[in-house]
Amino acid sequence: MRDAAFDTPGVASTMPHGQVAHNPLLDVRRLGFSAGGEKLLHDVDVAIRRGSRTLIMGPNGAGKSLLLRLMHGLLQPQEGAILWQGGRMDATARRAQAMVFQRPVLLRRSVIANLKFALSVRGLRGNERAEKIRTALETAGLSHLARRPARVLSGGEQQRLSLVRALACEPDLLFLDEPTANLDPASTAAIETLILEANARGVTIVLVTHDAGQAKRLGEDLVFLQDGTVVETGPVEKVLANPRSEPVRAWRDGRLYLGPNTQSLNNYPGRKN
Amino acid sequence: MIRRAFLALAAAVLTTVFVGQPSFAEDKFIVVQSTTSTQNSGLFDYLLPIFKEKTGIEVRVVAVGTGQAIKNAANGDGDVLFVHSKPSEEKFVADGLGVSRSDVMYNDFVIVGPADDPAGVAGSEDVVASLKKIAEAKAPFASRGDDSGTHKAERRLWKAAGIDPTEGSGDWYRETGSGMGATLNTGTGMGAYVMTDRATWISFGNKGDYKVAVEGDPILFNQYGVILVNPEVHTHVKADLGQEFIDWVLSKEGQQAIADYKVDGQQLFFPNADKGSS
Amino acid sequence: MDSFWGAFAGAFGLVIALDPDLMEIIGLSMRVTLTAVFLACVIGLPLGAAVGTFNFPGRTLLAVILNALMGLPPVVVGLLVYLVLSASGPLGPLRLLYTPTAMIIAQMVLVTPIVAALTRQVIEDLNREYSEQFASLGVGAFDRLTAMLWDARYSLLTVALAGFGRAVAEVGAVIIVGGNINHVTRVMTTTIALETSKGNLQLALALGVILLMIAFAVNAGVMALRASAARAAYA
Repeated sequence: MRDAAFDTPGVASTMPHGQVAHNPLLDVRRLGFSAGGEKLLHDVDVAIRRGSRTLIMGPNGAGKSLLLRLMHGLLQPQEGAILWQGGRMDATARRAQAMVFQRPVLLRRSVIANLKFALSVRGLRGNERAEKIRTALETAGLSHLARRPARVLSGGEQQRLSLVRALACEPDLLFLDEPTANLDPASTAAIETLILEANARGVTIVLVTHDAGQAKRLGEDLVFLQDGTVVETGPVEKVLANPRSEPVRAWRDGRLYLGPNTQSLNNYPGRKN
Repeated sequence: MIRRAFLALAAAVLTTVFVGQPSFAEDKFIVVQSTTSTQNSGLFDYLLPIFKEKTGIEVRVVAVGTGQAIKNAANGDGDVLFVHSKPSEEKFVADGLGVSRSDVMYNDFVIVGPADDPAGVAGSEDVVASLKKIAEAKAPFASRGDDSGTHKAERRLWKAAGIDPTEGSGDWYRETGSGMGATLNTGTGMGAYVMTDRATWISFGNKGDYKVAVEGDPILFNQYGVILVNPEVHTHVKADLGQEFIDWVLSKEGQQAIADYKVDGQQLFFPNADKGSS
Repeated sequence: MDSFWGAFAGAFGLVIALDPDLMEIIGLSMRVTLTAVFLACVIGLPLGAAVGTFNFPGRTLLAVILNALMGLPPVVVGLLVYLVLSASGPLGPLRLLYTPTAMIIAQMVLVTPIVAALTRQVIEDLNREYSEQFASLGVGAFDRLTAMLWDARYSLLTVALAGFGRAVAEVGAVIIVGGNINHVTRVMTTTIALETSKGNLQLALALGVILLMIAFAVNAGVMALRASAARAAYA
């Protein structure tokens, strides 16, 4: 993976303008990030293909959420670079992205006012905005709750609202940070359906998840992080079925991976996965 | 519905703020810097409506200690100065801050004390001797301590008695640093003797078991004067209106009005405008 | 104790009598205080929100200063405003001394730091929750502030109430710059001070009871509004 990532972007960035279609939509190169003297990410290379669904997985503390925030531009890289269609990540690039957080952040307003706010920020007014709001409400199955304060909705409804709000902004790329971590199976299924529908319309998806089942349902590409760096990439099914690296194998088997020379803590008799 | 309530609240506040403004367009007024004793005695509440009736001029009284009143007037924050500390008033005029000073009226100071009279001064007419007794007995004495006219008069009396009461400061000599009324409240609360102008004392509503202990000494005479703030120093001073007020309080009619003001049947101020000006 | 209970009886007597002088004094008190609090909010809400939201050099220092200014002694504010508005002061030509406007200015100076400092705390907490979502949506600085001020409006009502409480109870500043002039700048608190100095303790206390009732009514109204909002999960 690292070799590949080294090669392609180098080529891509020197390409003339008309050929950007060959570029990855988002290209992360040798990314590094530290906080409090601790290296949280280092030498991370990830290429996100346009129209793809990429799953970022890995144990707690691997740096998944941090990587997502860096890719979305909520944080600035300390080392390395993140390229948008081979170019710099500027305001226009940022507006072509959206993000759904693990815990939906909703304004203390009605459902409809939450959608209105997001669309107004994008400069939409009048009929165009009203039409988009109507569509979003229908898509999320929230039309009957439009006038309710957003924060009295159930967790699943809140996350659906959060998701259609992000999609209403018509992003090219949608980041999702464990969007179903707190939801019941039915709500999870609804979110997954919305994600797949969006992807079918051409929205590129980057999703952080802990749920192997969800990974298989949604997945195309898998990026596996361990201790702040990428340890394995490839098609989801293939990587999970037949991991090449020890950390992924440990994760799949439900063991804590503590390093190349250590036995797993969880590897005691009678433990169920 | 809640949003409507919220907006209604905002509207109510805005209405109070902007619509509720009564007009202060009335420009025919003067500001008189005066002392708490004249205000607390109720004299101005009696006098000013008569004056306004006659001339249409509204008099706005700022009642502070004489010291502060003089400073405010020196800053130009008033058209007329109406206080009771002759030496300070004469200095104010001599400094060119006031046009001229006229005697208006007088009252007198008294020393009030608790019924049990710890210094044994009750019924005395000799202030200097009484102060000596109070100091000797170390009986509590509450002083204004605020550089007011009353405070200045009190210090002159201690000086005459050859006593520096500040040596007992914090012990038996207690400087409140407040107005006459506040000092009376404090003094009666701690059983201390207090020197006060008679007007404030008569109209004071919290006397408790206090009585006038020392009175009638000529040295306790308290003269009030009135001064027009110099319009050449502070050009905004309403000299015409201010002079009209001064002329009126010095006139036969104004002087009669002062004499007519009584609380509990007692006359509080004695007009003496003819006796001279400087 | 007679005067203590008498004060309550006296307060009701005064209210029932609807004495025009008293009504004028109450009216002026409310107008001065509400205007001052309104203006303090106009300045303090955006200021506090900006300090609570944006990172800029001197932000912490500004927050500390705002917090410290909350404890500003009213008499000091009164003196400062007096010196500025005095005929010999820089704004002397405006002739504002001894007018209700001067009292409004003094109370505004007193209340603005309170509104700003408390707003900063409220908005800082909200910003912690909203900031990533706002950044993700690409919300601009101005829209951020207005959105958070609107979303925090019920908490900010309490902030305004704190300012109202401080302003309506304040005597030290308004008596210096207003002069406690009868029918012009005499408000509840300066009347209470005056009646106390006249030794009319019962009347002073009765006025205090009325002031308390007004403050109580205002607080109860706002709290009721807030409570109904909380039920609707807006707060």
